[in-house]
Amino acid sequence: MRQYLLSIYQPDGPPPPPEVLGPIMANLGKLNEEMKAGGTWVFAAGLHAPESATVIRDSGGEPVLTDGPFTEGKEHLGGFTVIQAEDLDEALDWGGRMAAVLAPLAIEVRPIQ
Amino acid sequence: MSTEIERIFRAEYGRAVAVLIRYFGDIELAEEAVQDAFVTAVRRWPELGIPPSPAGWIITTARNRAIDHLRRESERPAREVAAVVSFGEEPDDMLRLIFTCCHPALAPASRVALTLRLIGGLTTAEIARAFLVPEPTMAQRISRAKSKIRDAGIPYRVPRDADLPVRLGAVLAVLYLIFNEGYAPSGGELVARTEMTAEAIRLARLVVVLMPDEPEARGLLALMLLIESRRPARTTAGGDPVLLADQDRTLWDRDLIAEGRTLVRACLRRGRPGPYQIQAAINAVHSDGETDWRQVRTLYDQLLAITPTTVVALHRAVAVAEVDGPGPALRIVDDLTSMSGRHHVWHVVRADLLRRLGRPAEAAEEFRTAADLAGNAAERRFLLGRATDLDAAAGVRWRPPPTTTPPE
Repeated sequence: MRQYLLSIYQPDGPPPPPEVLGPIMANLGKLNEEMKAGGTWVFAAGLHAPESATVIRDSGGEPVLTDGPFTEGKEHLGGFTVIQAEDLDEALDWGGRMAAVLAPLAIEVRPIQ
Repeated sequence: MSTEIERIFRAEYGRAVAVLIRYFGDIELAEEAVQDAFVTAVRRWPELGIPPSPAGWIITTARNRAIDHLRRESERPAREVAAVVSFGEEPDDMLRLIFTCCHPALAPASRVALTLRLIGGLTTAEIARAFLVPEPTMAQRISRAKSKIRDAGIPYRVPRDADLPVRLGAVLAVLYLIFNEGYAPSGGELVARTEMTAEAIRLARLVVVLMPDEPEARGLLALMLLIESRRPARTTAGGDPVLLADQDRTLWDRDLIAEGRTLVRACLRRGRPGPYQIQAAINAVHSDGETDWRQVRTLYDQLLAITPTTVVALHRAVAVAEVDGPGPALRIVDDLTSMSGRHHVWHVVRADLLRRLGRPAEAAEEFRTAADLAGNAAERRFLLGRATDLDAAAGVRWRPPPTTTPPE
């Protein structure tokens, strides 16, 4: 079995209103349950807004902190799921189902070493 | 002997690689082992003679090389490695490898390159030339694609039924490119590499068997068969190309034509026309005793509507020349400026239209430009010959032939 990171990329800015987000999150929950039932699910997490992030670098033994996310863009990592799958086809099936639930958000499927 | 080994390399390389990948699950290892086996063949066959089953010899030798390599390099117990003693070919080996090479998670350009490399056994240089990119760029493209297959876990198998329709389009596109590489090689001495067209046809047949309800797969097979049927008439005994209009039609392969036409009729009846089916229909018209150019032009109109590319527009112009004359056709060709200096066929078509319009000096120049761009030597000779013929008509002083042209 291989493991894959399914990253959810979403546009910066406020989340959709509850009446839009509610059904989407319910469907995502169902998908996660299905993954767990089949032994696919390894770990999943939703992330707070990118502004809540702190970047830390070492400079001569001293930590230097920067407020905000590592990359500034129009989109950011909103959450992720780690799954285990037989091969990329199986991982892409799950990624495709996640993309359908979260449309029009993009899902990046990336193999874990 | 060396040409014979090269022929066997072309015909058997992909099969051998496919078998070894199934057994060892490692593309690099499979390729290196098969290449090693051919190096050994070049050294040993001249004294031993070519074995009764060259492919079997290559596969066995490559397998032994791969096992030796794994014993040296890997932490796997030697016993496990040695357990891979007897193996043979499975009918789906090539098809599995094709679906891996044509996986939608790979960029389209990588799919084509990888299939030509692994299935066709083309060198990186040949593939680079065919796609007009520098060789290091192509080498990097192929190497990245192999790494992605390994790291991302792109499976080595024929997709399950539900995924097949989606995966088919990419496979057909790649097969047609392989066929074209065989039909009009990008380099070398030959006008056609029949083992490549034969391999493309063999794979297309497999795809048709696997997906009997896909009219485009049948359309592609029909297209290949109808083009292939003219091969015996396409070249002179000396290997020079012969234009369609000048071909001896009694040399055409009637069996291939019959099979191709039956396929065209069958798939068009399904009422789901696509680019391959229409191109097959065009070639079916060409296989009639006398080409009905109006019908050909109508089919090209349909094809251009579905596939609005410069290549289709150029071929449509050839049909327009037959129906409306060379003047209107030349205007179409002249609008396709993006092909100038890049596609030798554009210059060939333009040259012939200029010739028919009574402009021999310009036509000769176009034939020379086409010859510069043509990838294979026979075609270059032919085009330079046509240029020389036109020089006489244009009253140009005789000039010595280029030194690269061998004497007849």
